[in-house]
Formats: sequence, structure tokens, C-alpha cells
Amino acid sequence: MIDYYPLIGIVLITIGFAIRLNTLLVILIAGVVTGLIAGLNPIEILSILGASFTKNRYMSLFILILPMIGVLEYFGLRERAETLISSMKKASVSKITLSYLLLRQVTNAMGLNLGGHPTMIRPLIAPMAEAAAEKEDPSLSEENRFRIRAFAALSENFGNFFSQLIFIGSGGLLLIKGVLTDAGYPIELSNMYVWAIPTLIFSIIIFIIFAKIEDRRLMNQKQANSEGEK
Amino acid sequence: MLEYVYQATGLLLIAFSVQTYFDKEHKKRLGTTLFWLLYGLSFMLGKVIPDWLTGLMVLGLTLIAASGFMGHGNYKYPETHIRKRHADTFKNKLFIPAILVPIVTILWAKLTGTSALIGLGISAILALVLALIITKGSPKQSLNDGRRLIDSIGWAAILSQFLAALGYLFGEAGVGDTVSQIVKAIVIDGNLLMYVLCYTCGMALFTIIMGNAFAAFAVITTGIAVPLLIVEQGGNPVIIGVIGMLSGYCGTLMTPMAANFNIVPAALLELKNKNQVIQMQFLPGLLMLAINTSLIYFLAF
Repeated sequence: MIDYYPLIGIVLITIGFAIRLNTLLVILIAGVVTGLIAGLNPIEILSILGASFTKNRYMSLFILILPMIGVLEYFGLRERAETLISSMKKASVSKITLSYLLLRQVTNAMGLNLGGHPTMIRPLIAPMAEAAAEKEDPSLSEENRFRIRAFAALSENFGNFFSQLIFIGSGGLLLIKGVLTDAGYPIELSNMYVWAIPTLIFSIIIFIIFAKIEDRRLMNQKQANSEGEK
Repeated sequence: MLEYVYQATGLLLIAFSVQTYFDKEHKKRLGTTLFWLLYGLSFMLGKVIPDWLTGLMVLGLTLIAASGFMGHGNYKYPETHIRKRHADTFKNKLFIPAILVPIVTILWAKLTGTSALIGLGISAILALVLALIITKGSPKQSLNDGRRLIDSIGWAAILSQFLAALGYLFGEAGVGDTVSQIVKAIVIDGNLLMYVLCYTCGMALFTIIMGNAFAAFAVITTGIAVPLLIVEQGGNPVIIGVIGMLSGYCGTLMTPMAANFNIVPAALLELKNKNQVIQMQFLPGLLMLAINTSLIYFLAF
């Protein structure tokens, strides 16, 4: 017979997130309830919370690099990245989004969080991709404009997610290390990041395929439109 | 040695806190000051004070964050045209300090054989010094800009440490045992591919529900990966852990719960359909999940 009671913590987390309570509060409640079910008293739970917090301080060491990144941003790091992006040959939706994806992945691998939907996609990448498509086809439909914008957002998420774990000091790697070390498998950061590379390479391939599909779709529609006019 | 790196981090957080306190126009000055102060103290005193006291501090951090007492301040961040001018002066030199961090960290780990975490601490300081030399910026301004960044992360800065504590409590309560029993009840003959599928799809599914791959990782890895893939099937924990997390990210591509990545952009880009980004990402995300599953299956065993 499977004992289902321990799962109440997962249920609480799901409900808590669904009703949009603060994430930390949800996790705290789920942890405390789970601890009580395990037969711990509140002081013991508080001790475990504190001990675990102290033991896993290394997970937050990324804080140390913030002043450095802050200075670089103060002196125009983001603006430099924008210049690099906008100086490239504005050829097609796929070329623009792919260049952005690669830049995002390279800088992410250095631990720089240079992109972002509000900072890069909305002001720069989406308008550039849209302009490139419009140059090809001046009668670009609204539906296609929306698709191109959504694809620009996809390039940000794809580039960001699958390159994060390449950086040796990333929060993700530190969390993986912590969880597996707690489970009795001490592993080293310097062996970990290389195993994120295969997924990164495949993510680029998959991205290129979907970007080419978007290009072709736009091309076909343009042809269909011009034939319709004849 | 590592303890020094923690002390440095604690000091930095306390410096952020002091700066916040003197940021007179800060709308949520006291809450933010207190949050970074408590967090900094937990870094510096963690090894010295009893664990329940640290636990109490963590409780305090949660209450400050959950009551919305944290916010952004004033950082004397220059106008766009000034930053553009700086960018034109320094050009690609701006990237040099940033590249230094991973290089020094990896070199440190390979050459000294000690923890890469110490290398991370040392390279962070070296890179900051180099950044200040290149830009001729002031150390005080660098603190201010560090604070700008930590405030934009906000309470999420402590999320990983929090999730680790949750994972530990889940372990105490036997959540992992229950989850692995359920998986075993579904996968009757102990088929390896089915186990791997349960792990990667479990990661993606939990991320879809919670909107956060980190939260899913603590639960699903201790529940499925450790007992079934690592202990029973002898898989490589490094490969399983890293690609397991990346499987979670595939879930992030598919969920409205990860609002900052999927819903907010739809609004920013003025899309009519708020789910268009998710719809766009669904198929590529699914393909990446299949690829991650194969990678674990072929590389980790």
C-alpha cells in the first residue's frame, strides 16, 4: 500500500501557486506542513530550515558578481550589445532572431544576463524582425506581424533557458549540486557545465529549423498574395 | 577558505542594506533594508549561531517578502544617451571582465583541485577590479549598481536556498519514497527508458504546474532520479541532474504559470492572443524534451 500523506506538500504547492500567493510563503507553508507530517516539532523544523539555509549558502554566490556586472551596465554594456545586434545585415526574420539567440547564449555562458523581453525583444529584436519581413512583403498581414513578434519572444526564451547551465556559477548548476549532494552524491561544478553542451547544440539546431519554417511560411504567403492579385 | 567567500558575500549584502537605508527617497526603504540586512547576517553568522535562530531569520525574510515590503530605490543610473556614449568609448572592452569570471573559476578548480566555489569568489573580485580599471568607475558606484541588480532580483535571490530546505523536509517526510513507489507501480518491469521518461516528463510536468523548474527539480529529482535512475540503475548523477534540469526548462516554455517568460512578453509585444508565445513554443519545447530524454538515456548509463 502506497502512503500518500507525504504528497500533501506537493498539493499545497500546486494550490498555493494557482492562487498566486508569494512563492516563498507557499514553499514555507508546504515545508512546515510536510515536516509536521514527518513527526517533527516546530523548533526542529526551524532548525532544519536554518541548517539547510546555512549549508546551501553557496547557491547564492552569484551575488558576488553583481557589482561587476552593475559597473559594466553603468558604462553601457547593454547598449554595446544593442549596437552589435543592430549593426548586422538585416536580412530576414530567421537571421535576426538567430543572431540574437547566439549572442544571448554566448553572453549567458559568461554569466551575463544581457537579454530580456522588456530590454531587448520589445524595443529591438521584434521590431527589427518585423521590419525585415515588411521589406520583403510590404503588405504584411497583422496575423503575420503577431507571429513574427511571438517568434522573437521564443528566440529570447530558447536562447536564455538552454544556455544558462553553461555558466559555471549559474544558480541552476548550484541548485543541482546542492540537491544531489544532499542526496548523498557530492558532485563538482567543474564537471557539470560540460553536460549542458549537448542540449545547447540541439537547441540551436531545433531553433534554426523552426526559424527557416517561419521564413518559408512568409515567403509562401507573399507568393499566394501576389498570385491572388493577378 | 570557502567560509571567507561567504563572509564577503555577507558583507556585500550588508553594504546593500546600509545603502538602502541611506536612500532617503526609497519608497520601501525599511523593509528592503531589513531584508538585505537579515540575509547578510545569515551569511556571516550561519556557522556561529544555533540553527533555529537562522531558521527564525529565514521566517523573517519570508514575512518581509510576502507582505510586499520590498521595492526598488534610486541608483543614479545614467540616462540612455549617456550610457550609449560610454558604450561607444569602451566598445567590446566591456565584455572582458565578464569573460574573466568563468575562465578564472575553471582554471582555479583545475589547477588547485579545490572547490570551484572559491574560484568563483576570487574571480568575482578580480573581475570587479578589472572592470573598475577599464571604466575608471568608482567602487562606491559599483556597490550602488550591484544594489540595483539585487533589488531587481528581489526576494527571488534566496529562492534556491529555500528550495533546498524544502527538498530536505520532503526527504524527511518520505515524499521521494512515495513518488518512486507510484512510478514503480506504473512502470512494472523496471524498464530503463520508461524510468527516464518518467523523470524528464515529470520534470516538465511539474514545471508546467509550478511555473518554476527549480521547485520541480528538488521534488522530482529526489523522488524519481535518485532512487530509480541513480541507485537502482546506476546512472551518472552529474549527467542526470544537469539534463534533468534542462528538461524542466522545456516545461517552462509551455506554461502560463511562468508569466514573466510567456505572458508578460505577449502583453509587451501587444499580441491579441495572450497565449501565442506559448503556442509558438509548444512544439519546439516538446522536441527538446524528447532530445533531453534521449540524451539522458544514451549518455548517463
